[in-house]
Amino acid sequence: MNMICIMCPMGCPLTVEENNGVITVQGHTCPRGKKYGEQEFTAPVRVLTTLVKRADGGMASAKTSGPIPKDKVREAAECVGKIVVSADVKIGDIIEENFYADGVNLVITGVAQ
Amino acid sequence: MTKRYDVVVIGGGPAGMAAALSAFEKGAKVLIVERDVRLGGILNQCIHNGFGLHYIGEELTGPEYADRFVKLVESKHIDVMLESMVLRLTADRKVEILCPQGYVTVEAGAVVLAMGCRERTAGAIAVPGTRPAGVYTAGMAQKLCNMKGYLVGKKVVILGSGDIGLIMARRMTLEGAEVELVLELMPYSSGLKRNIVQCLNDYDIPIKYAHTITRLVGSPRLTGLYYAPVDENRNPILEQEQYVECDTLLLSVGLIPENDLLNGLDVEMSPITSGAVVDQNRMTSLEGVFSCGNVLHVHDLVDNVSREAEIAGASAADYAMGALKSGDTISVKAVDGVRYALPQRIAKGNEGKVDVYFRVGDVYKGKRIVVEVDGKEVYSRKTLILAPGEMEKITLTRADITGDVTVRLV
Ligand SMILES: Cc1cc2nc3c(=O)[nH]c(=O)nc-3n(C[C@H](O)[C@H](O)[C@H](O)COP(=O)(O)OP(=O)(O)OC[C@H]3O[C@@H](n4cnc5c(N)ncnc54)[C@H](O)[C@@H]3O)c2cc1C
Ligand code: SF4
Repeated sequence: MNMICIMCPMGCPLTVEENNGVITVQGHTCPRGKKYGEQEFTAPVRVLTTLVKRADGGMASAKTSGPIPKDKVREAAECVGKIVVSADVKIGDIIEENFYADGVNLVITGVAQ
Repeated sequence: MTKRYDVVVIGGGPAGMAAALSAFEKGAKVLIVERDVRLGGILNQCIHNGFGLHYIGEELTGPEYADRFVKLVESKHIDVMLESMVLRLTADRKVEILCPQGYVTVEAGAVVLAMGCRERTAGAIAVPGTRPAGVYTAGMAQKLCNMKGYLVGKKVVILGSGDIGLIMARRMTLEGAEVELVLELMPYSSGLKRNIVQCLNDYDIPIKYAHTITRLVGSPRLTGLYYAPVDENRNPILEQEQYVECDTLLLSVGLIPENDLLNGLDVEMSPITSGAVVDQNRMTSLEGVFSCGNVLHVHDLVDNVSREAEIAGASAADYAMGALKSGDTISVKAVDGVRYALPQRIAKGNEGKVDVYFRVGDVYKGKRIVVEVDGKEVYSRKTLILAPGEMEKITLTRADITGDVTVRLV
């Protein structure tokens, strides 16, 4: 399987193969690329960054504090779209704990003015 | 009475804040002038992550990256004027500002330009057809969506595969719109690979390279558009025109440094970067005026913006306090596939190292980056891939720089 490492802007082209249960990664420049290749091959994950509404009608931005399964991203985004947070949220506030992955929280990243 | 500052920073984005902080660390009295209601610049609307991995060592979203700097600025004795727009800069460094208090003039020992850039608009690219509603720049759509919660359309085509366009393709998809197609005139994307993968491929959004829009249809609102592949000269092949229904067109066709303040001033400009020509201290040809961030050249990584701004800010402080001597400089030339290199000038005969940033003009595989001084090779590095969308950096030893420098690909 060919893929592009997206862990940094280098964008190394990776080739990931599985032989007798052993996964090999080629093309990476650093260890993070190897890890990404293995992960993307077995269980791809993504960080979701999205928007939540504030009670005062304004917007706040939010992210998952860590990656969640790639095939849950759309569902998670729809779920976040229905959340209304209080008007005085601040950067770093946790909105939901264990959000689509264990130990991953939905966190406020910014408040529009 | 006219106020005087050692360093006046125009623009309070990541460049302006980093410049102000480093000038302050040098002991300068610093003012930041920002036309928006808050500091942070373009970062406030970039809610995606990917900021700060290199500079902070942590992957942050735009507003979080900005917030780190805002908190630092607020913790120092740095004056900040918000909702204040610099309307004029004079050669003797008087900064004229329109602010809530009225029209004020501030005297500056040194000025740091950190005004960022603006997006190319429909006017800058000639699209034939009607002039319907529903055509936005990608950054404007991003601002409306992320700051106001307003989705500009339901069925979207994006022209240009710059990062803002790619990011908006994902954003609008997640907000419930259908992104039909991304059209890119060039045979490659100017956006980061990561964005091609995570914003398009993840959502099965097709991208057509070497394609462009031929006609817009609809009145008063866009109802669809025609597009076609282009030949080697980038002229559309009209026989192969196709139609796609859409109510929205986002333009992601490039950014232009916002250097209008320099009109009428004797500042040497680069026709390639559309920013000023600078030396290794990021000083322009106008003494005491420095430039950094997107107003100097378009950056794809905010980390590089912060680093560059630190150089400009510290040098501006040195200049204002009489510690920066300008001497003979040599020039840095970009040839053979290298579109531009920056700084364009380096002062002669110094110790230490100097970082030279450059961009290539096309996608190159397996090329060697070579730096020559007066025809003699002083630096060489093999590369796997070089692309116009990604800025490259090389570090040169100052002692090697005895004459004019040439950066090339072989
Ligand atoms: C949509 C988008 C996505 C990006 N994604 C990434 C990413 O994923 N990762 C990454 O590392 N980088 C990313 N970047 C790049 C990075 O964010 C920018 O390069 C960086 O924000 C530029 O900083 P700046 O301070 O030069 O400009 P800006 O952030 O544009 O700040 C300029 C400031 O100057 C002010 N100003 C302008 N003119 C005047 C005037 N006359 N008077 C007073 N104030 C003025 C403006 O209001 C603005 O606040 C992205 C950029 C964009 C646009
Ligand atoms: S392998 Fe390492 S250097 Fe290459 S893209 Fe991945 S993280 Fe970056």
